[in-house]
Amino acid sequence: MGKFTKKRGIANPEVSTASLPDIIFMLLFFFMVVTVLRDAEIKVNNNVPSATELTKLEKKSLVNYLYMGKPLERFQATYGTKPRLQLGDKFADIAEIPLFLEKHRSMVPENQRPGISSSLRVDGAVTMGIVTDVKTQLRKTGQLKINYSAKKRVD
Amino acid sequence: MSRKRARDRMKQEVNAGSMADIAFLLLIFFLVTTTIDVDKGVLVKLPPWSDEPPPEMKMNSRNVYSVLVNANNELLVRGEPKELRNLRADTKVFIINPRRQENMAEDPRKAIISLKNDRGTSYRTYLEVYNELKAAYSELREEEALRKHGKSFEFLSNEEQGEIRSKIPLVISEAEPTNFGDEG
Repeated sequence: MGKFTKKRGIANPEVSTASLPDIIFMLLFFFMVVTVLRDAEIKVNNNVPSATELTKLEKKSLVNYLYMGKPLERFQATYGTKPRLQLGDKFADIAEIPLFLEKHRSMVPENQRPGISSSLRVDGAVTMGIVTDVKTQLRKTGQLKINYSAKKRVD
Repeated sequence: MSRKRARDRMKQEVNAGSMADIAFLLLIFFLVTTTIDVDKGVLVKLPPWSDEPPPEMKMNSRNVYSVLVNANNELLVRGEPKELRNLRADTKVFIINPRRQENMAEDPRKAIISLKNDRGTSYRTYLEVYNELKAAYSELREEEALRKHGKSFEFLSNEEQGEIRSKIPLVISEAEPTNFGDEG
Protein backbone atom coordinates (compact mmCIF):
# COMPACT_ATOMS: atom_id res chain seq x y z
CA MET A 1 0.00 0.00 0.00
CA GLY A 2 2.69 2.38 1.04
CA LYS A 3 4.75 1.45 -1.95
CA PHE A 4 1.78 2.10 -4.25
CA THR A 5 1.13 5.67 -3.10
CA LYS A 6 4.78 6.59 -3.28
CA LYS A 7 4.93 5.60 -6.91
CA ARG A 8 1.99 7.82 -7.79
CA GLY A 9 3.70 10.76 -6.10
CA ILE A 10 6.70 10.50 -8.40
CA ALA A 11 4.58 10.18 -11.51
CA ASN A 12 2.80 13.57 -11.00
CA PRO A 13 5.40 16.24 -10.37
CA GLU A 14 3.25 19.02 -11.90
CA VAL A 15 3.63 22.65 -10.93
CA SER A 16 0.27 24.06 -9.99
CA THR A 17 -0.85 26.77 -12.40
CA ALA A 18 -3.89 27.64 -10.34
CA SER A 19 -2.31 30.84 -9.00
CA LEU A 20 -1.16 32.05 -12.41
CA PRO A 21 -4.47 33.81 -13.16
CA ASP A 22 -4.20 35.62 -9.85
CA ILE A 23 -0.76 36.91 -10.76
CA ILE A 24 -1.98 38.09 -14.15
CA PHE A 25 -5.03 39.69 -12.58
CA MET A 26 -2.76 41.57 -10.23
CA LEU A 27 -0.80 42.89 -13.21
CA LEU A 28 -4.06 43.77 -14.92
CA PHE A 29 -5.35 45.74 -11.95
CA PHE A 30 -2.02 47.52 -11.64
CA PHE A 31 -2.24 48.68 -15.24
CA MET A 32 -5.90 49.62 -14.91
CA VAL A 33 -5.09 51.85 -11.96
CA VAL A 34 -1.98 53.63 -13.26
CA THR A 35 -3.12 54.24 -16.81
CA VAL A 36 -5.87 56.27 -18.40
CA LEU A 37 -7.90 55.39 -21.44
CA ARG A 38 -6.52 56.86 -24.59
CA ASP A 39 -9.04 59.49 -25.61
CA ALA A 40 -8.00 60.36 -29.11
CA GLU A 41 -5.52 59.60 -31.79
CA ILE A 42 -3.21 62.56 -32.00
CA LYS A 43 -2.83 63.83 -35.51
CA VAL A 44 -0.48 66.73 -34.89
CA ASN A 45 3.13 66.91 -33.77
CA ASN A 46 2.83 67.19 -30.05
CA ASN A 47 6.11 67.64 -28.29
CA VAL A 48 5.19 69.79 -25.30
CA PRO A 49 7.87 72.03 -23.77
CA SER A 50 9.28 71.46 -20.32
CA ALA A 51 8.71 73.65 -17.29
CA THR A 52 9.21 73.62 -13.54
CA GLU A 53 6.08 75.22 -12.10
CA LEU A 54 3.74 72.33 -12.75
CA THR A 55 0.33 71.56 -11.37
CA LYS A 56 -1.13 68.12 -11.71
CA LEU A 57 -4.54 67.87 -13.31
CA GLU A 58 -6.65 66.18 -10.69
CA LYS A 59 -9.85 64.82 -12.15
CA LYS A 60 -9.53 63.51 -15.68
CA SER A 61 -13.26 63.68 -16.32
CA LEU A 62 -13.20 67.45 -15.81
CA VAL A 63 -10.50 68.08 -18.37
CA ASN A 64 -10.87 68.65 -22.08
CA TYR A 65 -7.89 68.58 -24.36
CA LEU A 66 -7.00 70.95 -27.16
CA TYR A 67 -4.07 69.84 -29.27
CA MET A 68 -2.09 72.24 -31.40
CA GLY A 69 0.81 71.60 -33.68
CA LYS A 70 1.94 70.88 -37.19
CA PRO A 71 -0.07 68.05 -38.77
CA LEU A 72 1.77 64.74 -38.87
CA GLU A 73 3.50 63.91 -42.13
CA ARG A 74 0.78 61.62 -43.43
CA PHE A 75 -1.84 64.36 -42.97
CA GLN A 76 0.24 67.12 -44.49
CA ALA A 77 -0.98 66.43 -48.03
CA THR A 78 -4.54 67.21 -46.97
CA TYR A 79 -4.09 69.68 -44.13
CA GLY A 80 -0.86 71.49 -45.00
CA THR A 81 2.08 72.20 -42.77
CA LYS A 82 0.71 75.19 -40.87
CA PRO A 83 -0.01 74.56 -37.19
CA ARG A 84 -3.52 73.28 -36.72
CA LEU A 85 -5.92 72.77 -33.87
CA GLN A 86 -7.19 69.29 -33.09
CA LEU A 87 -10.33 68.77 -31.04
CA GLY A 88 -11.24 65.25 -30.09
CA ASP A 89 -9.84 63.10 -32.84
CA LYS A 90 -10.19 65.44 -35.79
CA PHE A 91 -8.77 68.69 -37.09
CA ALA A 92 -10.98 71.61 -36.24
CA ASP A 93 -11.45 75.29 -36.78
CA ILE A 94 -11.11 77.76 -33.92
CA ALA A 95 -14.80 78.61 -34.34
CA GLU A 96 -15.68 75.03 -33.36
CA ILE A 97 -14.27 75.41 -29.85
CA PRO A 98 -17.51 76.60 -28.15
CA LEU A 99 -19.44 73.57 -29.44
CA PHE A 100 -16.63 71.24 -28.38
CA LEU A 101 -16.58 72.71 -24.87
CA GLU A 102 -20.36 72.56 -24.62
CA LYS A 103 -20.35 68.89 -25.60
CA HIS A 104 -17.87 68.14 -22.85
CA ARG A 105 -19.78 70.30 -20.35
CA SER A 106 -23.01 68.44 -20.93
CA MET A 107 -21.36 65.20 -19.87
CA VAL A 108 -20.17 66.61 -16.55
CA PRO A 109 -22.56 66.67 -13.57
CA GLU A 110 -23.83 70.16 -12.92
CA ASN A 111 -22.25 70.59 -9.50
CA GLN A 112 -18.81 69.84 -10.90
CA ARG A 113 -18.96 72.17 -13.88
CA PRO A 114 -17.08 75.08 -12.29
CA GLY A 115 -14.09 72.77 -11.99
CA ILE A 116 -13.77 72.11 -15.70
CA SER A 117 -10.40 73.04 -17.09
CA SER A 118 -8.90 72.96 -20.54
CA SER A 119 -5.56 71.38 -21.15
CA LEU A 120 -3.69 73.03 -23.99
CA ARG A 121 -1.27 70.54 -25.44
CA VAL A 122 0.78 72.70 -27.71
CA ASP A 123 3.87 71.68 -29.61
CA GLY A 124 6.89 73.71 -28.57
CA ALA A 125 7.69 74.77 -32.12
CA VAL A 126 4.30 76.41 -32.72
CA THR A 127 4.21 80.19 -32.84
CA MET A 128 1.98 82.14 -30.51
CA GLY A 129 -0.46 83.25 -33.21
CA ILE A 130 -2.71 80.21 -33.11
CA VAL A 131 -2.31 79.89 -29.33
CA THR A 132 -3.48 83.48 -28.90
CA ASP A 133 -6.49 82.90 -31.15
CA VAL A 134 -7.46 79.82 -29.17
CA LYS A 135 -6.99 81.68 -25.90
CA THR A 136 -9.18 84.53 -27.12
CA GLN A 137 -11.87 82.07 -28.18
CA LEU A 138 -11.69 80.33 -24.79
CA ARG A 139 -12.07 83.67 -23.04
CA LYS A 140 -15.08 84.53 -25.19
CA THR A 141 -16.61 81.14 -24.37
CA GLY A 142 -16.02 81.66 -20.67
CA GLN A 143 -13.59 78.79 -20.21
CA LEU A 144 -11.00 80.60 -18.12
CA LYS A 145 -9.24 77.78 -16.32
CA ILE A 146 -6.54 76.52 -18.61
CA ASN A 147 -3.46 74.47 -18.22
CA TYR A 148 -0.47 74.62 -20.53
CA SER A 149 0.58 71.01 -20.69
CA ALA A 150 4.29 70.60 -20.02
CA LYS A 151 6.87 68.06 -19.05
CA LYS A 152 8.79 68.17 -15.81
CA ARG A 153 12.19 69.80 -16.03
CA VAL A 154 14.77 69.29 -13.38
CA ASP A 155 17.09 72.23 -12.77
CA MET B 1 -13.72 -0.37 -9.27
CA SER B 2 -16.14 1.41 -6.98
CA ARG B 3 -13.24 2.88 -5.04
CA LYS B 4 -11.79 4.40 -8.18
CA ARG B 5 -15.06 6.10 -9.11
CA ALA B 6 -15.32 7.69 -5.71
CA ARG B 7 -11.84 9.14 -6.09
CA ASP B 8 -12.70 10.55 -9.50
CA ARG B 9 -15.78 12.26 -8.16
CA MET B 10 -13.76 13.88 -5.40
CA LYS B 11 -11.27 15.33 -7.90
CA GLN B 12 -13.97 17.19 -9.84
CA GLU B 13 -12.46 20.60 -10.58
CA VAL B 14 -12.92 23.28 -13.18
CA ASN B 15 -9.79 23.53 -15.23
CA ALA B 16 -8.29 26.88 -14.32
CA GLY B 17 -5.43 26.63 -16.77
CA SER B 18 -7.13 28.80 -19.38
CA MET B 19 -8.01 31.43 -16.80
CA ALA B 20 -4.51 32.81 -17.17
CA ASP B 21 -5.03 33.20 -20.91
CA ILE B 22 -8.24 35.11 -20.37
CA ALA B 23 -6.54 37.39 -17.88
CA PHE B 24 -3.65 37.88 -20.30
CA LEU B 25 -6.09 38.88 -23.00
CA LEU B 26 -7.64 41.50 -20.73
CA LEU B 27 -4.20 42.71 -19.71
CA ILE B 28 -3.09 43.15 -23.29
CA PHE B 29 -6.32 44.94 -24.14
CA PHE B 30 -5.66 47.47 -21.36
CA LEU B 31 -2.04 47.85 -22.34
CA VAL B 32 -3.06 48.77 -25.86
CA THR B 33 -5.93 51.12 -25.11
CA THR B 34 -4.45 53.13 -22.26
CA THR B 35 -1.61 55.57 -21.78
CA ILE B 36 0.49 56.03 -18.71
CA ASP B 37 1.24 59.72 -19.15
CA VAL B 38 0.34 61.88 -16.20
CA ASP B 39 -1.00 65.21 -17.24
CA LYS B 40 0.88 68.08 -15.72
CA GLY B 41 1.13 71.64 -16.78
CA VAL B 42 1.37 75.31 -15.98
CA LEU B 43 -1.95 76.44 -14.58
CA VAL B 44 -3.21 79.78 -15.86
CA LYS B 45 -6.38 81.71 -15.16
CA LEU B 46 -7.44 83.77 -18.15
CA PRO B 47 -9.14 87.12 -17.70
CA PRO B 48 -12.80 87.22 -18.75
CA TRP B 49 -13.47 88.58 -22.21
CA SER B 50 -15.08 91.96 -22.63
CA ASP B 51 -15.86 93.67 -25.88
CA GLU B 52 -14.98 97.11 -24.62
CA PRO B 53 -11.31 97.99 -24.46
CA PRO B 54 -10.01 97.79 -20.90
CA PRO B 55 -10.16 101.07 -18.99
CA GLU B 56 -7.04 103.17 -19.06
CA MET B 57 -5.24 102.51 -15.82
CA LYS B 58 -2.89 105.02 -14.37
CA MET B 59 -0.10 103.00 -12.83
CA ASN B 60 2.97 104.17 -11.16
CA SER B 61 5.58 102.97 -13.60
CA ARG B 62 7.88 101.85 -10.80
CA ASN B 63 5.40 99.10 -9.98
CA VAL B 64 5.17 97.70 -13.47
CA TYR B 65 7.63 95.12 -14.67
CA SER B 66 7.14 94.93 -18.41
CA VAL B 67 8.41 91.89 -20.23
CA LEU B 68 8.32 91.86 -24.00
CA VAL B 69 9.15 88.87 -26.14
CA ASN B 70 9.63 89.50 -29.83
CA ALA B 71 9.30 87.22 -32.83
CA ASN B 72 12.97 86.29 -32.60
CA ASN B 73 12.37 85.04 -29.07
CA GLU B 74 14.41 87.86 -27.54
CA LEU B 75 13.48 89.49 -24.28
CA LEU B 76 13.10 93.17 -23.55
CA VAL B 77 12.58 93.80 -19.87
CA ARG B 78 11.81 97.38 -18.80
CA GLY B 79 13.31 98.66 -22.00
CA GLU B 80 16.50 96.65 -21.81
CA PRO B 81 17.45 93.36 -23.44
CA LYS B 82 17.79 90.52 -20.99
CA GLU B 83 18.81 86.88 -21.02
CA LEU B 84 16.17 84.36 -20.06
CA ARG B 85 18.40 82.81 -17.41
CA ASN B 86 18.60 86.09 -15.49
CA LEU B 87 14.87 86.72 -15.61
CA ARG B 88 13.86 84.81 -12.51
CA ALA B 89 16.42 86.39 -10.18
CA ASP B 90 15.79 89.90 -11.51
CA THR B 91 12.04 89.51 -11.19
CA LYS B 92 12.45 88.47 -7.58
CA VAL B 93 14.58 91.51 -6.84
CA PHE B 94 11.99 93.73 -8.50
CA ILE B 95 9.08 92.38 -6.48
CA ILE B 96 10.75 92.35 -3.09
CA ASN B 97 12.92 95.41 -3.66
CA PRO B 98 15.28 94.63 -0.79
CA ARG B 99 17.22 97.89 -1.03
CA ARG B 100 14.12 100.07 -1.36
CA GLN B 101 15.19 101.40 -4.71
CA GLU B 102 13.17 104.14 -6.34
CA ASN B 103 12.64 102.31 -9.61
CA MET B 104 11.32 99.05 -8.23
CA ALA B 105 8.05 97.92 -6.68
CA GLU B 106 6.90 99.84 -3.60
CA ASP B 107 5.42 96.69 -2.18
CA PRO B 108 4.95 93.12 -3.46
CA ARG B 109 1.20 93.74 -3.34
CA LYS B 110 1.50 96.59 -5.79
CA ALA B 111 3.88 94.90 -8.21
CA ILE B 112 2.48 93.98 -11.58
CA ILE B 113 4.16 91.87 -14.21
CA SER B 114 3.11 92.83 -17.70
CA LEU B 115 3.84 90.22 -20.31
CA LYS B 116 3.56 90.92 -23.99
CA ASN B 117 4.58 88.71 -26.86
CA ASP B 118 4.40 88.69 -30.62
CA ARG B 119 2.28 86.38 -32.72
CA GLY B 120 5.54 85.05 -34.12
CA THR B 121 7.05 84.20 -30.72
CA SER B 122 7.61 80.49 -30.37
CA TYR B 123 5.37 78.79 -27.85
CA ARG B 124 8.38 77.17 -26.16
CA THR B 125 9.91 80.57 -25.39
CA TYR B 126 6.59 81.97 -24.24
CA LEU B 127 6.06 79.10 -21.82
CA GLU B 128 9.62 79.35 -20.55
CA VAL B 129 9.19 83.05 -19.84
CA TYR B 130 5.84 82.46 -18.16
CA ASN B 131 7.37 79.65 -16.15
CA GLU B 132 10.26 81.85 -15.00
CA LEU B 133 7.86 84.59 -13.86
CA LYS B 134 5.71 82.10 -12.00
CA ALA B 135 8.80 80.48 -10.51
CA ALA B 136 9.97 83.86 -9.22
CA TYR B 137 6.73 84.21 -7.31
CA SER B 138 6.71 80.70 -5.95
CA GLU B 139 10.31 81.07 -4.80
CA LEU B 140 9.42 84.27 -2.98
CA ARG B 141 6.49 82.57 -1.31
CA GLU B 142 8.70 79.69 -0.33
CA GLU B 143 11.26 82.05 1.21
CA GLU B 144 8.53 83.91 3.07
CA ALA B 145 7.11 80.64 4.40
CA LEU B 146 10.51 79.49 5.62
CA ARG B 147 11.24 82.83 7.23
CA LYS B 148 7.90 83.16 8.97
CA HIS B 149 6.89 79.64 9.81
CA GLY B 150 10.11 77.69 9.36
CA LYS B 151 8.28 75.32 7.06
CA SER B 152 8.04 74.80 3.35
CA PHE B 153 5.09 76.52 1.66
CA GLU B 154 3.42 73.28 0.67
CA PHE B 155 3.33 72.04 4.26
CA LEU B 156 1.60 75.12 5.62
CA SER B 157 -2.07 75.14 6.55
CA ASN B 158 -4.58 76.68 4.16
CA GLU B 159 -4.88 79.88 6.17
CA GLU B 160 -1.12 80.35 6.37
CA GLN B 161 -0.82 79.74 2.64
CA GLY B 162 -3.60 82.22 1.96
CA GLU B 163 -1.91 84.79 4.13
CA ILE B 164 1.34 84.49 2.21
CA ARG B 165 -0.55 84.47 -1.08
CA SER B 166 -2.24 87.75 -0.26
CA LYS B 167 1.09 89.20 0.87
CA ILE B 168 2.77 88.23 -2.41
CA PRO B 169 -0.06 88.02 -4.92
CA LEU B 170 0.73 86.65 -8.34
CA VAL B 171 -0.23 89.26 -10.88
CA ILE B 172 0.79 88.55 -14.44
CA SER B 173 -1.08 90.67 -16.90
CA GLU B 174 -0.94 89.66 -20.51
CA ALA B 175 -1.35 92.30 -23.18
CA GLU B 176 -2.75 91.68 -26.64
CA PRO B 177 0.19 90.39 -28.69
CA THR B 178 1.82 92.41 -31.40
CA ASN B 179 1.85 91.19 -34.94
CA PHE B 180 5.22 91.83 -36.51
CA GLY B 181 6.84 88.45 -36.87
CA ASP B 182 6.18 85.60 -39.25
CA GLU B 183 3.79 82.95 -38.16
CA GLY B 184 4.59 79.47 -39.21
